[in-house]
Amino acid sequence: MKTFTYERASIPAEATAAAARTPGAKFLAGGTNLLDLMKLEIEAPQHIIDIGKIGLNKIESTPAGGLHIGALVTNTDLAAHPIVRRDYGLLARALLAGASGQLRNKATTAGNLLQRTRCPYFYDTNQLCNKRVPGSGCAAIAGFSRQLGIIGTSTSCIATYPGDMAVAMRALDATVETVKANGAKRTLSLDQLYRLPGQTPHLETTLEKNELITSIVLPPPVGGVHIYHKVRDRSSYAFALVSVGAILKKDGTGRVAVGGIAPRPWRIESAEPLLPSGAKAFTAQLLKGARPTKENEFKLALVERTLTAVLNEAKH
Amino acid sequence: MLINPINRNTMEESNESTISRREMIVGTTAAIAAITLANVTGTQAAPHTVPLSLAKVSFTVNGQSHDLEMDTRTTLLDTLREHLHFTGTKKGCDHGQCGACTVLVNNQRINSCLSLALQHQGDTVTTIEGLGTPDKLHPMQAAFIKHDGYQCGYCTPGQICSAVAVLNEIKAGIPSHVSASLVEKPQLTNLEMRERMSGNICRCGAYSNIAEAINEVAQKQA
Ligand SMILES: Cc1cc2nc3c(=O)[nH]c(=O)nc-3n(C[C@H](O)[C@H](O)[C@H](O)COP(=O)(O)OP(=O)(O)OC[C@H]3O[C@@H](n4cnc5c(N)ncnc54)[C@H](O)[C@@H]3O)c2cc1C
Ligand code: SF4
Ligand code: FES
Ligand code: FES
Repeated sequence: MKTFTYERASIPAEATAAAARTPGAKFLAGGTNLLDLMKLEIEAPQHIIDIGKIGLNKIESTPAGGLHIGALVTNTDLAAHPIVRRDYGLLARALLAGASGQLRNKATTAGNLLQRTRCPYFYDTNQLCNKRVPGSGCAAIAGFSRQLGIIGTSTSCIATYPGDMAVAMRALDATVETVKANGAKRTLSLDQLYRLPGQTPHLETTLEKNELITSIVLPPPVGGVHIYHKVRDRSSYAFALVSVGAILKKDGTGRVAVGGIAPRPWRIESAEPLLPSGAKAFTAQLLKGARPTKENEFKLALVERTLTAVLNEAKH
Repeated sequence: MLINPINRNTMEESNESTISRREMIVGTTAAIAAITLANVTGTQAAPHTVPLSLAKVSFTVNGQSHDLEMDTRTTLLDTLREHLHFTGTKKGCDHGQCGACTVLVNNQRINSCLSLALQHQGDTVTTIEGLGTPDKLHPMQAAFIKHDGYQCGYCTPGQICSAVAVLNEIKAGIPSHVSASLVEKPQLTNLEMRERMSGNICRCGAYSNIAEAINEVAQKQA
């Protein structure tokens, strides 16, 4: 790990001010992704701003009937919250399908949203990777790409966004609230937060260096059956090959976001009217324009079959 | 075996503020780094510059409070093992993948390898040494012995810390991936234990005996 200087912020404004003031600074929340990458020197911040004790760890109902989730709420606390379990089952299920009990105790809501890809070439510093070293090339495209993306990818990068929680958040229309050092606040949808790689895969989000996520807001609950179905190489403690997060009504209408296939949770609202026609019609529209590799074209069928299983489950 | 990251880094060059080796031998961290460097590289008195950044933190381990000044990079795991000599906690992967480093922080289990010591200002840490002692075993430790819940024993301290936390999590009603219902109280089933313990890998494959040990404690507590 490269050396870094360290400070503990006690309120959000202190954290953003420090980030604006210090070149090469990064926020540290739970640390379960950032420290992992720092040990491998894939990330090498010169300054760490520990935001673990700045507050922002409450879950509160909003006047509109939704839920306001502090950025530092842990994955365990979020999944265990009575309102989340009762009204946002999809979110609880997605969280519980991710990582391990130990990691969920430490991982935070904002940190989880911003976790970086698990592309094996991104992790191996001996390999070419445009995300790690801009302009160096991509070893994955002609390499071992079984786990990687099939849609939304580019000729520069085919990595996926690996997380589970964000898939549920996308289906739930969650928005992300941020604040900058100058006090300016923004609200972003997840599609506004995550960039597609294009020719700049090292730029993963639209956040500025001194911009802190303060909370994630869920609209009022959507009725229906909440399902998160994760397909992976072992039945626990593994990242998704494909995951389907869905909220479905008895009449077959609903909403679906898919994980494990794209640089961000993949949801195409305009395809959703096709859901009552079945998995095949919907998947064809959802994955229109997909560019899989030889090694991961199985994901096209896997999405459709996982969705078929989910649609069947919703009927029972 | 595994090289302490501190030692590895002493060999790096940096353009940032650097401290000579002589100046460095002030804090414990620095002293350990410098001595090990000499051992590893066989360097004699040649001047060697080391980038170093120190910061303070205080927390409690197994009931005793510690005020430390650490190389900012030091993980909680390395702090426990190398600096406070609680070597019960083990380093397996150092990347959050195996659970050997599991300890309880404020009664919750975490991977101490993916946490900086500095993140634990004011926290209460419990390691396997704090759960029980050879003549006053924690029920979970006793059950692991009774059911032979290990072979080489390397993963065991992490397994036991995790298991203690798992039973608390079930008692607190926290659901898991395999819980049939999100709103009802989770059951003490074998399937629940296995899912909840999946963050602890056992290379010797002692899983079925581990599950029996946990089950016995769970039934006694229920
Ligand atoms: C072995 C292992 C298995 C895993 N398996 C899964 C899995 O199956 N599914 C899954 O979804 N995840 C999985 N994870 C990833 C895990 O969920 C993430 O590491 C975790 O959610 C990150 O949260 P954190 O708070 O620790 O983030 P940190 O590591 O602290 O931060 C991550 C990034 O977010 C930034 N950041 C944090 N908070 C803020 C904020 N408030 N504002 C702006 N920027 C911020 C940081 O600067 C950093 O760049 C796994 C991780 C490991 C190690
Ligand atoms: S797919 Fe993206 S992350 Fe993976 S090697 Fe290519 S550029 Fe890097
Ligand atoms: S050493 Fe921490 S999880 Fe393996
Ligand atoms: S007892 Fe050997 S690794 Fe578990």
